[in-house]
Amino acid sequence: MIRLSSVSKRFADGTVALDGIDLTIPKGAVFGIIGRSGAGKSTLLRLINGLERPTSGEVRVDDQVVNTLREADLRPLRRRIGMIFQAFGLLANRTVAANVALPLELAGIAPAERAARVAALLDRVGLTDRADAYPARLSGGQRQRVGIARALATRPDILLSDEATSALDPETTRSVLALLADLNREMGLTIVLITHELEVVRAICDHVAVLDGGRLVESGPVDSVFSGTSEQATLALLGDGQ
Amino acid sequence: MNDGFFQHVVWSDIGQATLDTLTMLAGSLALTIGLGIPLGVLLFVTSDGQIDQSRPVNRVLGIVVNVLRSIPFVILLIVMIPLTLAMVGTSLGVAGAIPPLVGGAAPFYARLVEAALRDVPRATIEAAQAMGATRLQIIGKVLLPEALPGLTAGATVTAITLVSFTAMAGVVGAGGLGDLAIRYGYQRFQADVMLVTVVLLVVLVQFIQWAGDRLTRLVDHR
Repeated sequence: MIRLSSVSKRFADGTVALDGIDLTIPKGAVFGIIGRSGAGKSTLLRLINGLERPTSGEVRVDDQVVNTLREADLRPLRRRIGMIFQAFGLLANRTVAANVALPLELAGIAPAERAARVAALLDRVGLTDRADAYPARLSGGQRQRVGIARALATRPDILLSDEATSALDPETTRSVLALLADLNREMGLTIVLITHELEVVRAICDHVAVLDGGRLVESGPVDSVFSGTSEQATLALLGDGQ
Repeated sequence: MNDGFFQHVVWSDIGQATLDTLTMLAGSLALTIGLGIPLGVLLFVTSDGQIDQSRPVNRVLGIVVNVLRSIPFVILLIVMIPLTLAMVGTSLGVAGAIPPLVGGAAPFYARLVEAALRDVPRATIEAAQAMGATRLQIIGKVLLPEALPGLTAGATVTAITLVSFTAMAGVVGAGGLGDLAIRYGYQRFQADVMLVTVVLLVVLVQFIQWAGDRLTRLVDHR
């Protein structure tokens, strides 16, 4: 379970990215955080693995308070939390297999076990035949599959998705989302995804939180939020999606 | 040998001078890369928004690099003589040329290294952080390998700059092709010696650029 309590984030230049956020993300959920650009989604997501620290409030992952951890203590936590990115974040000078192996190298896993795990992961995301290709040779959807395989390499129980399908065409988006949904079912992986696209939330999320101008407008099960809302920000997002 | 256009050219001297130039180049390039990469990495990681942001460190390093880079190389050759004497025991010959060559080229290469690291996409660095990489792991396993094409292209430019530096070093007794060109070609009006040395320098520069381009293409998978 991930829990944010009264979390605010103000940047050095004075902008308030997040303002008094209270949010609970249940274990095993596919939790969507939706909002326009500048709503604070990226910052919120990065609080969970400590890439950002809140100005005030508390961020907990299970029993661990994340926001007070020292850099060295964040590392084991980060191995439990995979992350995928809109820009993929793959290493251009490493092959597909070497990209997936990277987190295992960083964690000091022995080469033999590394190779076995990489093979299994590439098989899972359907890229076994591209193991020796460099990312520049892959399509966007394939690159994101590599990103997903890499994020899962250290066997995390949480996956953070930062607009992971925003650079992909609709069909590729559907197949990547289907993969995420499968992983959620098979492994009980908790997925926290941020997006500005309503379809993404509709496609795979069971819970949704609506963020607007750094404030949490509402949150809850997708059906009840989208059908019963009277919030302006949510209605505006719903309006955009039609 | 005493008539015809190449009457002044003593080929054994040319051979020795070529060898001296190549030795100066190889020695100074190796040290320049060895110093320039850590310096460039420090300049990059301490800059604003980077993995080891530190304004004081960045500012001091930046000033040192800029000062060294703003001193014309012929001047650097002379002002570094005491330091060179302390380091290698002589300010003459190939050994005496290497400290000022490195002093002139390492800050230049460090800036090229810094620029190459800046080209590594933000998402790539962030992905490594999210995996739980330490700073040293980010530098060793992500930043430097990803910037490798920029590092080799920068080393190529630096090597060519060093060729012209070695010619200038000839002025203060370093030896090499530049020394021959100045002492015989210029001061004794021996145009044939000038021509031979310049042609050799052109061939050397062409070769460095060709080899550097090939190496850069080989390591670039972007």
